[in-house]
Formats: sequence, structure tokens, C-alpha cells
Amino acid sequence: MFFGPEEGHFALALGCVLAVFQCAIPLWAARSAKHQRLVALAPALAVGQLIALSLSFLSLILCAVNDDFSVQNVAANSAIAKPLLYKITGVWGNHEGSVLLWTLILALCGGAVSLFGRNLPDILRGRVLAILGGVSAGFQLFCLLTSDPFERLYPAPMDGQGMNPLLQDPGLAFHPPILYTGYVGFAVPFAFAVAALIEGRVDAAWGRWVRPWAVAAWAFLTCGIALGSWWSYYVLGWGGYWFWDPVENASLIPWLTGTALVHSAIVVEKREGLKIWTVLLAIATFSFSLSGTFLVRSGILNSVHAFANDPARGVFILALLAIVIGGSLSLFAWRAPSLTAGGLFAPVSREGALVLNNILLCSICAVVVTGTMYPPFMQLLAGRTISVGKPFFDAATIPLTLPLLLAMGLGTALPWKRANLSRSFTHLRTAIPLTLVGLALCWWHFSGVLPIACGVLSVWVIAASIADMMRRLGLRGGTLRSVLSRARSLPRSSWGATLAHIGAGITVLGLSGMSSAQHAIVEVPIGHTTHLAGDDWTLTSIRHLRGPNYNALQADITVSHNGHVITVLHPEKRDFTSQHQTTTEVSIHTNFLRDLYGVIGDQQGTGVNTTYVLRLHNNTLAPWMWLGALIMAIGGGLSLSDRRLRIGAPRRATALAEKTS
Amino acid sequence: MTRKTRRLWLVISCLACLGLAAGLTLRAFSSNIVFFMAPSQVRAHPPSPDRTIRLGGMVVAGSLHRIVAHNTPINEFQITDGQAAITVSYAGILPDLFREGQSVVALGTVEPGGAFTASEVLAKHDETYMPKEVAEELRRTGKWDPRFGKAPDAASWNTMTSSEDSSHKNTKTGG
Repeated sequence: MFFGPEEGHFALALGCVLAVFQCAIPLWAARSAKHQRLVALAPALAVGQLIALSLSFLSLILCAVNDDFSVQNVAANSAIAKPLLYKITGVWGNHEGSVLLWTLILALCGGAVSLFGRNLPDILRGRVLAILGGVSAGFQLFCLLTSDPFERLYPAPMDGQGMNPLLQDPGLAFHPPILYTGYVGFAVPFAFAVAALIEGRVDAAWGRWVRPWAVAAWAFLTCGIALGSWWSYYVLGWGGYWFWDPVENASLIPWLTGTALVHSAIVVEKREGLKIWTVLLAIATFSFSLSGTFLVRSGILNSVHAFANDPARGVFILALLAIVIGGSLSLFAWRAPSLTAGGLFAPVSREGALVLNNILLCSICAVVVTGTMYPPFMQLLAGRTISVGKPFFDAATIPLTLPLLLAMGLGTALPWKRANLSRSFTHLRTAIPLTLVGLALCWWHFSGVLPIACGVLSVWVIAASIADMMRRLGLRGGTLRSVLSRARSLPRSSWGATLAHIGAGITVLGLSGMSSAQHAIVEVPIGHTTHLAGDDWTLTSIRHLRGPNYNALQADITVSHNGHVITVLHPEKRDFTSQHQTTTEVSIHTNFLRDLYGVIGDQQGTGVNTTYVLRLHNNTLAPWMWLGALIMAIGGGLSLSDRRLRIGAPRRATALAEKTS
Repeated sequence: MTRKTRRLWLVISCLACLGLAAGLTLRAFSSNIVFFMAPSQVRAHPPSPDRTIRLGGMVVAGSLHRIVAHNTPINEFQITDGQAAITVSYAGILPDLFREGQSVVALGTVEPGGAFTASEVLAKHDETYMPKEVAEELRRTGKWDPRFGKAPDAASWNTMTSSEDSSHKNTKTGG
């Protein structure tokens, strides 16, 4: 074969060597004026590493597509009968392949910094690439030494064993790459932070350079988390969307600190404040991302997602974590005091609101970390097995989310430096009627104090964001032409921020709505009608289907309201006989205000006494959770396309913007 | 506003928030921590009925039976750790990996009568894997030593259970 597994293995080793050079040369060269020209090697090395790793990844994909079962990883995770799409996506559905994907994405980040970072000072870019190279080298070593995806198997089996039907799903296929891009993307702000610490200088320009990377990573992480939650909602068939599983928390924790980072970097960019804090947040976010991988990969926290239960891998990853996190934190402790403090501001000001956002987000993050880490630590120290679940996280995080939402609506209307709370509030008076309507609707439809409060405040966030945008456009008393010209001159990043805030409001509204979701588990004969949430759910018929490699039981559940048929749901229970596995195919009908969600369980009895177990859900506002996340990510993307970020750093424009704001 | 007062404000708000977070966490911990218990522990020290626990062990072979009350399917089975067996009733669909004679973890509360009402049943591990808590409990009670091979079938434990009265009264908790 032209590009077989050995070549792939070699390319991986080559990438690792290039990464080591990418780390060592710029760091060494930047120290002395004599060798400074060598710093310019860093981008070339980063691109070289990217090419090597792409080839390596490509060769693994080729092995999977060509059914080369002499490669152990392919034999264990693929099979001849698997559809082509899942042969490709199955490459990263296992431990070895996912580590390789992780390093590939890290190399992609390095390549992106080389290509899009042309406006950066050479030394800074060299150092950023050096840090990325160092992290990359560590993970590639991990891949080569403890989890080699190209290991050969002799004798090669005739067919592979990897046909887990649960994993053959488009949602799961694209969930890891997007989530990993989010995780790994925070390596770039991290590298910027460490480079700034080495340099001993953080200024507004640094904030402007680091922010787009943080926003991009944040947008991907948002999408990744939402996709994972959506997958568990429509595949697992439990009607739930978030289980506070350690693995899920491991992605939520960096998202919380990452959100804080995206906001605090604004203060660095506009006002040169919160510099030390932003550097710390950048380090913390990537550290949490790394620990997230560690929690997933090592099996320290046992969970459905854990692939590896191999202690050698655990120790290697632990050492890697200690070097990266410990090293960067010690560097921070050593160099942070030399960074100068920034601009002054009053507690009530845009900066103050952003500080409040940071404090609250970090408090929520601390709660989630405690809830996630306390059980395994108690197990380790006291030998008691305990667990915490949704009740704990609900009770501890929602009271912190409420002030966050309140401040979120108000914050964007506050001016920089010093604000008058009542005047800013009058700017938002157009938001009051909408919020009151929201209050009435939430009162009517939701049950419980906390869901109603969350619902109202998220309506407030949406309304205030729209009101603030209307004020900026001069919609009140402005002509169409003036509004249009204002809309054009407004920076894309403000549009992006407004959109992201609206998205966050929509997500929280969806979450609050889900708290009043209703469900019923019934065992009924054909023709029986169940009443749930004001609708009649009738099991009209059952049929047996035969799929390509499974037998299925399919139900027709007619949902009607006052005799008027809304929809017919067709949930299935599939029995994959050769794998001894059954999967449930959920049937969902949505009208964007609620999901009608039906699952069929076991068949009981025979003949005329046959009954079927059904699980029926009426999920209020369920689609909003993921729609909001998508809008948040689009907002992030929109803010990335801002002119100021695309075209270098036009200092004059920034100076003007600072003066006017 | 001087630098000093600004710093004071920052410190005060940080402390207030962290204090709030710590308070919320502790409060939530005190009422929402879920302890893992084995059937013999539940027998010895029954937790109060409003306390959610995780009950883990093996499903006694032949103990699963189903009743339908008001069109709601209720599964009743026994969970044993070799010392004692607890009757569990669960209104809902058992997970696909649920098997008699295999390990299971049920989340729920102990009724005053001693029966266990589960709100969730977890059996998401494959046949070769036993939840850590269950394995530990088996080792602790001396029913199984992992050095001497696979765990015995749970059906045999029931007969190993010496004094314990494992015949259960059908506490029909329609739900």
C-alpha cells in the first residue's frame, strides 16, 4: 500500500520530533539577540508538524477504510459490514485514535497561529508556538509510547469486532472532533498567557490578539457540549439531556472558565485592566481542559465514556498534567507580580459588570469542581462511596446563576469606567414590558420558584440585549437611513455579543422549561389511550421490521389533542442479534415549543394479552436548549469575523473607539 | 475612586461570592449527598425514608417479577450482597443490560417497611464488569475473592445467605 500504517507511525514520530524542535528552538533563540533570527523557524516547524500529523491521521483513516485488520486498533474498532461513514468516524471513537485526533487538532492550532498570526511580533509568535509545540510533543509521546494506534496484530483476523450499534450515530460521530477542537483550542490562549509571562508584559494588544482564539475555542466547546447533550437526549431514550456525569462536568468546567476568559479579555483589550487575572484564567481553562481529558481517559472517574483502564497511561497523563499545569502555575507565581496593574474603574461600570460575571462564573465553576471531585476523593481518603447528582448541582448552581443572568442583561448597557445605574436602567426600559410578559408566561406554564425565576431572568436577558441593540441603533426617533448606517458602523463583535447573550437566554429558558416536563411509563395493550400533559397518546399498532443487521419492533403512537391528531410517533426497539445488543430508537415530534418524545420498551405476554411498555415524555421548550447553544456559537463566530480582528491591529481605530466609549 | 478602594470592593465581592458558593455547596451537600449501601448495611442501619441512597449488589436469580398497576409496569426484584437481600420495586423500564444474577445499582429510598423503592436502576456495565462498590462489598463480606476467579452466580448466594429471611412480602407500591 502506498501509505500504510508503518508510514503513519513514522509520520507521527516525525511530528513528535518537529514538535520538540518547535518547542526548544524559539525559546532558546529568543533569549539572545544573536540568534534571534532562528525564532522565525517556529512557524515553519509548526506547519511541518501539522503536515506530518495530518499524514499520520490520514493513514489511520485509510487503514480503517481498507479494512486492514492487521492493525490492532482497526481490528478492535471496525468491521467489514460497517458503513463507510462510521469506518471513518470510528477512527476517533476509541482511545488511541482519539489521542491522535487530539494531537492533530493541537497541531492545527499551531498551524493556525503560524498562518493567521502574521501580525504578531516575531518573538511573541515564536514563544506561543514553542509552548504549543511543547504540549504537542508531550501528547505525541503519550500516543507513541503508551497508546500506539498503528500497532500490528498477528495473525490478522478475518473481520473486526467493532460494531457497537450505539456508537453508530451521526451525532456521536461528529461530537468528539468538535468538542476536542474546543478543548484543545484553549491551548492557544494558554500559550499566549505563558508567552506573556515569559516576556513579562501584558497590554491591550495582547488582549486583542488572545481574544479571537479564546472566542473560537469557546464557540467550538459550546457546540461540542450541546451536541453531546443532544446525542444523549435522542439516543439513550431516557428523556434526559444532562446527567451531571463526571465526563459531562469535565467539559462544563472549562466552558465556565472559558466564558469568564472571553469576558475578562475584553477588559484587557479595552481598558488594560484585569491583566493578571486574565492570564490566570487562560492557564486555568486549559488546565481544566487537560484534566477533563485526563478524567475521561484514565478511568479515575469511572463512567460510560472511559476507554482506558490502563495504569501506565494514567501515570503518563498524570506526569504530563503535572508538568503543564504545575509548570505554568509556578511560572505564574514567579512572574505575575511583575505585571503592572491596569486602569481604574468604579464598581458600577462595564468593567465592574464583567468582574461580577467572572466572579459568578468562577463560583459556579468551583461548585461544579467540588461536586465532581468530592466523591472520588472521599472514596480515596475515607473509603466511603458516595455520589452527588442533579439535586446537589441544582441546589448549588441555580442560586448563583440568577444574579449572573440579572447582571448579564444590565451589563451591556453600562458604559466603561463609571456608570449611573438608574440612567443605564432607563436605557433598558423597553425591555421591561417583554420581561413582564415573560413573567406572566413563566408563572402560567412553569412550576416551582427557581424555574420561574430562571425563566423570567432569561427573558430579561433576551429583552435587555434587544433593547440595548435598539438603543445603539438609535431606533427610537431615527430615520431608516440613520439606523442602517449605524447598523453598518457597529462592530461585528457587538452584534456577536448581543447574539451570544440572546442565545444564552434561550438556552436557560429551555432548561427552565424542561423542569416542568412531564413523563409517564405505561404498560398498555394495543388501542389503549394514555393521558399525559393534556394530550391523548394512543398505541395504535405494532409491527415487526427486519433491518440490514437487526430485528426491530416498531410502534405507532398517535398523539391527539381533543380528537385532533397532532402526530404519529414511530419509536423502535432494535435487537442486534449478532452483537447481543438492543438499542432504542426514540421518536420525537417537535413544534419548537415542546417535544413529544416516545420510546417503546419490552413486549410482555403473548396473544390477546400482549402489552407493551411505553415511555412517553412531553418536554416543554426542549429544543431551545440546543438552539440557544447554537446561537451562542454563531454569535462567537460573528464576533470572530470582526474587521478589527481580521486585519491586524489598526491602533488608531482602537484608540478612537476607546475615546468615544 | 482610588486603587485601594477599588481593590477593597473587588475583595469584598469575591469573598461574598465565594462565601455564597461555599454556603450553597455545604447546604446542598448536607441534604443531597447520596451514600452507597449494601443490602446488609441497609438491614443493619435502615436510613430514614426521606434519604436517597444507592443500593448495590447482585440481582438474585429468579427473583424478578412484574406487576402492572394502573397501566404502570412495576418490576420487583431482590438485590443481595450475600448477607441480606432487599426487595426493590421499580416503576419503569429496566435498562437493556439488566440481567438476573448480575450486578446492579438502584437509586431510591428505603420505605418504613424495609422495602426499597427505586427511582433509577443502573446496569450500564457489560457482563464481565462489576461496579466497584459491589465488588468491594463482596470482598468485605468474604463472599468473593477476586484472586480466585469470577464472582459466583448470585443465585447461589441466596442459598449461601444463612440466617437471613429472604422471602419478601409483596409491598405493592403503585407508582
